[in-house]
Amino acid sequence: MAIFVTTLEQGLIYGILALGVYITYKILDFPDLTVDGSFPLGAAITATMIANGVNPYLTIPASFLAGAAAGVCTGLIHVKCKVRDLLSGIIMMTALWTINLRLAGTANVPIFGDESIFDNSWMNKVFGGGLASYKVLVVVLVIAVISKVLLDLYLKTKSGLLLRAVGDNANLVTSLAKDQGNVKILGLSIANGLVALAGSIFCQEQRVFEISSGTGAIVIGLASVIIGTSLFKNVRLVNTTTAVLIGSVIYKACVAAALKFFEPQDMKLITAVLFLIILIIGMDRKKKVKKNA
Amino acid sequence: MLELKNIRKYYNPGTLNEMCLFEDFNLTADKGDFISVVGSNGSGKTSMLNILCGSISVEKGQILMDGEDISGMKEYKRNRRIGRVYQNPAMGTCPSMTILENMSLADNKGGTYGLGKGVNKARKAHYQKLLGSLNLGLENKMDVKVGSLSGGQRQAMALLMSTLTPIDYLILDEHTAALDPKTAELIMELTDRIVKEKNLTTIMVTHNLRYAVEYGSRLLMMHQGQIVLDIAGEEKQKMKVDDILGKFNEISIECGN
Repeated sequence: MAIFVTTLEQGLIYGILALGVYITYKILDFPDLTVDGSFPLGAAITATMIANGVNPYLTIPASFLAGAAAGVCTGLIHVKCKVRDLLSGIIMMTALWTINLRLAGTANVPIFGDESIFDNSWMNKVFGGGLASYKVLVVVLVIAVISKVLLDLYLKTKSGLLLRAVGDNANLVTSLAKDQGNVKILGLSIANGLVALAGSIFCQEQRVFEISSGTGAIVIGLASVIIGTSLFKNVRLVNTTTAVLIGSVIYKACVAAALKFFEPQDMKLITAVLFLIILIIGMDRKKKVKKNA
Repeated sequence: MLELKNIRKYYNPGTLNEMCLFEDFNLTADKGDFISVVGSNGSGKTSMLNILCGSISVEKGQILMDGEDISGMKEYKRNRRIGRVYQNPAMGTCPSMTILENMSLADNKGGTYGLGKGVNKARKAHYQKLLGSLNLGLENKMDVKVGSLSGGQRQAMALLMSTLTPIDYLILDEHTAALDPKTAELIMELTDRIVKEKNLTTIMVTHNLRYAVEYGSRLLMMHQGQIVLDIAGEEKQKMKVDDILGKFNEISIECGN
């Protein structure tokens, strides 16, 4: 039971990250590697704030804004300096490593004894007794669902329609008398805001900030998006953002199952093989490889 | 009024492949003009449209819109007053969005694209009426993704979308070239109707000499970066396909083909 709950928790936390990756990969058609830096950015800010005694609930907007700022930087590098998409993300990811280290002070900041969004006097009162072991899951679920619903609502606004248009046919955005560069920057900022938010929650769930927690985050995000969108392609009741969240849970379950048979140091190889299998099954690679190689 | 003044355009300047397209090109499109432009490949028709819209830069010269110099204005800003339809039907629509979403997007041109509702249900009937006038059955497919429509249907939508909001200029870049003859005919009739209804100043590049003769109030023939024929008014009305075909052959023979 415990492993089931943990898998769900982690799946939903990474699901928020996957919502961000969904914006860049599926909507903007932008392979955004900033994610590997903006995920720990959210964690670094959170750990620093909590260690300094700030109200843990403030870490949520703070990390979102920090991630959004990182996304804006990637966008500016791509749009204004005309660096290609993949490289813009790599530049920001590299830069963020140092920024995260500077923010947190060290590569590893434990926050075991401090209050978090899961662990404070109010939460402990609400989730007393037998409910305590589901506390984290419920909070994570609420945040994931709110993120999903807000994203759904946003994508239906005029601004959201324009964002979808820029990945679909950037030329049309120019025809509509709008600067396509600005729309891309906006999309990247929302995406990385969500990723940093996931980083913040992950940090509080693990009760530690680790500089390397972002390594491979983009792979988890992409895998979740591809699993979700290809599994639920033809299911009308499940919309894409829900599919992405479920995809993330499925991915985490696959990893958890694989770890039953292998050692933890095999983790990255398992991830790589899983990702490859998902890409092949998803049959999404042809178009993307041609476009982005 | 759109004006091109003393335009100079080189491709690949400073390299071995340097090619001069326009040396001193001038064109004035008066308000209400419907200009059809014909000419051989490489004569500079599409480049002229690209220069007008700001898709490519020029070495020298001025581009004026109602007397205002817009040479330094970005393409997207010029598009506030310009609608453009391309040869490729895919250029004017978003394939993964529905017809309703595409129409709503286009309907908001000139607006801010903020956090208001993207699709205004109250406007749906209006869109359906417009789409219904095409007789393509699109008005009953409002929730169908545009990517699943045929090229002709998409081009008709692209034309409707580019002229949905009040604009002053319409730029048509061989917009019937990728369509079958019957659909092309339909799109041309629709173009003519919209141009007249909205009194748009229009420049249409076409390879179809019959369309060039039948439609529009003025006809240009371009060759090697120059206007070799410019007729308007009554003379244009009396023009027959054979007349321009003769002229066309003349310039082609000069070229050696």
